[in-house]
Amino acid sequence: MSMPKHEYVFVIPCSGMGKSLGTVGRKAAYRVARELRPQHTRITCLALLTVGDEETLRKVRAHPCISIDGCPSKCAQKNIEASNGRLMKSILVTDTLRNHRDLKPEGIIELNPEGCELANLLAEETAKAVDEVIKGER
Amino acid sequence: MMAIINWKVGIVSCSGEEIPEGTISRIATRLVLEKLRPDETVTICLPLFLAGGEGERTFAKLFPTITVDGCEKRCAEIGTKKYSGKPFATIVVTDSLKGYPSKLNLKSIDELNSEEWKFAEKVAEEIAKKVDEALGREKDAS
Repeated sequence: MSMPKHEYVFVIPCSGMGKSLGTVGRKAAYRVARELRPQHTRITCLALLTVGDEETLRKVRAHPCISIDGCPSKCAQKNIEASNGRLMKSILVTDTLRNHRDLKPEGIIELNPEGCELANLLAEETAKAVDEVIKGER
Repeated sequence: MMAIINWKVGIVSCSGEEIPEGTISRIATRLVLEKLRPDETVTICLPLFLAGGEGERTFAKLFPTITVDGCEKRCAEIGTKKYSGKPFATIVVTDSLKGYPSKLNLKSIDELNSEEWKFAEKVAEEIAKKVDEALGREKDAS
């Protein structure tokens, strides 16, 4: 039986300091890494890519990555691309929101219940993306 | 006519998704922006410096900045220096933790427990004091 080339994916959310949608993205990433696909997911600090940390550059070049961005500035996606990371999929929180217009996220330090629900939906979507990437790597 | 410049201080937090200290950085920063000094501060997304945020880079060149880092890698400080200029002040959560009176083992990367919240509030007060210094004011951080 052949072993998978890469057993885990880096799910990298934007820092999202200024918007509720950034918090939604980060919450979703944590849920994937801790509850939904802990065996196949790792998280790393996006800021380490921004400053070109050697160890982190090696990680994102060696392993597949999925970005989650809260806004169209797409900081997570662009930082992975600028680092020559193996970006396999880019997820935008606004796309998920478009499909669930009834959920209006509010709050940055603490999300409202609608924001938490949106984060859960986004986490499920991201978990599926992790599965696809892992499958493709085998 | 004389122009009136409304001086603001930019707070640049590390994203710190991987470690509890990073979560303290982000929450302390938000506490300053939302509660302690809402009229005097703005935040700058650190990864936006690299992702082409000209507005962010220019702001950080023209206005004083305070960097808040979770760990000794000091991404916020290094990133701000690299893309804009020297920050007015730098805060590192692991240093603040050393000076914190009660022994605290930070564990949460998503939702903080009550002890961690108290510590985040303490770090926020530390940031607020630096904001006042940057604006040439003396003010109680409350």
